[in-house]
Amino acid sequence: MSEFLAMGGYAWYVWMSYGAAAIAVIVEVAALRSRRKRAFDDLRMTSAAAGPVTNVRGAR
Amino acid sequence: MLINWYRFSSPVSFYPLAGTGAHVFGVLAALFAGAGLFVALYAAPTDATQGDAYRIIYLHVPAAWMAMFIYLVMAGWSAAALGFNARLSAMMAQALAPTGALMAALALWTGAFWGRPTWGTYWAWDARMTSTLILLFLYLGIIALRNAIEDPRRADRACALLALVGAVNVPIIYFSVRWWNTLHQGSSISLTVAPKMAMTMVTGILVMTAAAWCYTIAVTLMRVQAIIVERERGATWLDSLIDLRRRDGIGRSSA
Repeated sequence: MSEFLAMGGYAWYVWMSYGAAAIAVIVEVAALRSRRKRAFDDLRMTSAAAGPVTNVRGAR
Repeated sequence: MLINWYRFSSPVSFYPLAGTGAHVFGVLAALFAGAGLFVALYAAPTDATQGDAYRIIYLHVPAAWMAMFIYLVMAGWSAAALGFNARLSAMMAQALAPTGALMAALALWTGAFWGRPTWGTYWAWDARMTSTLILLFLYLGIIALRNAIEDPRRADRACALLALVGAVNVPIIYFSVRWWNTLHQGSSISLTVAPKMAMTMVTGILVMTAAAWCYTIAVTLMRVQAIIVERERGATWLDSLIDLRRRDGIGRSSA
């Protein structure tokens, strides 16, 4: 295991690359999930203000 | 069987399709990435001259390819948006830019961490690296331009124009290693010549590229869903979207 992590002496370069890619993917997906959810929450608020309340209840 | 494809060109009918697509391609991306990482970090042998530092290739090459492909796809959607004045095309272009920027940044980042142990430097003002940096700035410029224009329809046109003009940079990146005498090496994999590397390595790169493609499609569809909801706010059909939200399971855990 430690041999695997050492990457033949290139651990710094290999793991900085793979680590950055992993962080990028996690951050992008998490940010998109919350953006989509936020867009929906805003939508629900505006339609609750404009339309009949039953509409919103029905969606819940 | 007749499918009316034309109806998918309107955001209202595209929305649920995008949700399904994001899910399917997300799963595919995870599968390809799992297999690809196994090859990249474990199954593939250590390189004779570069040692294990070469393993960065499995991220670097797919990221660099995607950065260029995404730009071309974005330019294509931009052309469609300008030509047909199509809202959804502009939204697709808008949704691609951040992931394109991410891929360009990753290509530069992994390139730096590969360049240091093999060439002795993190960065050089080499033609390919410089043109890839310009690609990153083009993506960031398109995102900034959109944020700077209040009216989304005007932003669509301005961004589409910038995307199309900037497309000239992509062939410059691709051919830079041939046109100039660069520090960066030539193409590792070509469609016309047999690969100069071991089959396991080629397979690893292609599987990781498939993962990058599926990932890009999945996150772009997720982003276009958010953009549709943000931009079509006030349209009457959006009320029915609140029902779709439950069907897609968005925010299921928190709602």
